[in-house]
Amino acid sequence: MYSFFVLQPLALTVQYSLYRWDGVGPATWVGLSNYATVLSEPRLLETLFNAFRLVLFFSVIPVALGLVTASIIQRVARGRLGTISRTVLFLPQVIPLVAAGIIWGRLLSLPGLVNQTLSAIGLRDVTRAWLGDFDTALPAVGIIGIWVLLGFCTVLLLTGMTKIDAALYESARLDGAGWFAEFKAITVPSLRNEIGVCLTVTVIAALAAFDIVYVSTGGGPGGATAVPGIQIYILAFLERQVGLASALAVVLVVLVLLVVLPIQRLTRGPES
Amino acid sequence: MRIARSELYAGRTVLLALSAITILPFLSVFTTALHPSGTVPSGLSWPADPQWGNFVDAFRVANMSALLASSVFIVLAVVPLSLGISTMAGFAIGLLRIPGAKWLLLLFIFGLTLPFEGIITPLYFLAREMGILNTRVAIVLPLIGLFMPFAVFWMRAHFVNMPTEISEAARVDGANTWDLFWQIHVPLARAPIASLGVLMSVWAWNQFLLALVLVEDPTQRTMAGALGAFQGHYATDIPLLCAGTILILLPTLVVFILFQRQIIAALLQGSVKG
Repeated sequence: MYSFFVLQPLALTVQYSLYRWDGVGPATWVGLSNYATVLSEPRLLETLFNAFRLVLFFSVIPVALGLVTASIIQRVARGRLGTISRTVLFLPQVIPLVAAGIIWGRLLSLPGLVNQTLSAIGLRDVTRAWLGDFDTALPAVGIIGIWVLLGFCTVLLLTGMTKIDAALYESARLDGAGWFAEFKAITVPSLRNEIGVCLTVTVIAALAAFDIVYVSTGGGPGGATAVPGIQIYILAFLERQVGLASALAVVLVVLVLLVVLPIQRLTRGPES
Repeated sequence: MRIARSELYAGRTVLLALSAITILPFLSVFTTALHPSGTVPSGLSWPADPQWGNFVDAFRVANMSALLASSVFIVLAVVPLSLGISTMAGFAIGLLRIPGAKWLLLLFIFGLTLPFEGIITPLYFLAREMGILNTRVAIVLPLIGLFMPFAVFWMRAHFVNMPTEISEAARVDGANTWDLFWQIHVPLARAPIASLGVLMSVWAWNQFLLALVLVEDPTQRTMAGALGAFQGHYATDIPLLCAGTILILLPTLVVFILFQRQIIAALLQGSVKG
């Protein structure tokens, strides 16, 4: 099953990527020229850059904010409040990403809640259609990613924190360490594994983003939020450039591997 | 641990604020759904005359009962089959250590990082060749394949930690491999099989890309795929769209709130193993 529906298609992707094909007529062998196009045509190259810009929002911010949130829960909210906020923060993780896209499409629209709030605090001047604006569309999509992924990171990191030996903190405190010193010297190093998992999952989510972008912006305006996933879809199914789409797909697969493997190596350490 | 009063309050305030930010989008969509159909309500405002009927309309125009049936069918087709195959594969790789197990495992680990977009184009042409395009089978079969890396990895992690004494004792009592699998190890693996089942159900339910590409008719799709189509049709009628979104969210939210402990635990274990 795996080989038929995953490995065979993967091999086919590589094969298609060497041809020019419209999906219907005969295919022409073009060698590596599709790859040359992917790496030279600005429209396609830009999707790869956008993917890495999304990593900032989908990975770096949720993991950093997740660390802070988890340590807040750990320190001041061990009881009910902690349990409730954990559940609430996790909610966006279980709904379909499509729904997240629609919900935020509303919030970020002209009459949406975001603009309503901004006007209420006297910032009417900055209100805009966030997802339709050339400069703000990509960060706006990024915000949706933060919303979805923060809970996952927080809960995962919190689970790791509960395993840290309390004696470590006791001795640090005797040495006069403050909150931040503790955080840096004990919490973060002890969570190396969990941070690695968070980064891996979220980086894949960022590089391979599709659902949220497709629903909220469709890659627009003017390609400002075009990511590889969207571009593959557009090329293969709307523009009928199967070979080019496949080349981009291969590049994406390789990129994900290139980014994920070092993260794994760095955070897993020598034991695995 | 002694904590300064100021930190206690500051920390709790931050938590409450974060929770509020997480919840507000849901509330905003909910209040929007109650406005008269066809209007463009602002962010968060309670309508003068709540239109509960919007939910009924959305249920009807989205053909919600057909959607539910379709999604349930897909989940019921994907999950038991995947569980069966991955349990056996995990057993073979983790416990029997069949020749080449190491390579197989590596192959599956590679699959864990593979984005769906990487293979979606050939899947479309494969499905067309097989004549299953635009049927639910076109979602079910690839989905089983795509779940395999994670599922096999998950089951292997369970079997690899089973003490070999159990198998040896059963062998001494004359059990063949088949008996060993069904009589001894499957019952012992009930917990990981159950969490894996829950996870795969949620993922199948929420699967969008496969549904979008391989099936045109929304009533043959998954819930997420149907929602995508619904958005396409009713993008201009915002209250109706919001009502539809809420209806489609509702089943997952209810399942999550009922099984939240298990789902969170399963998701976390799963990602740590991965």
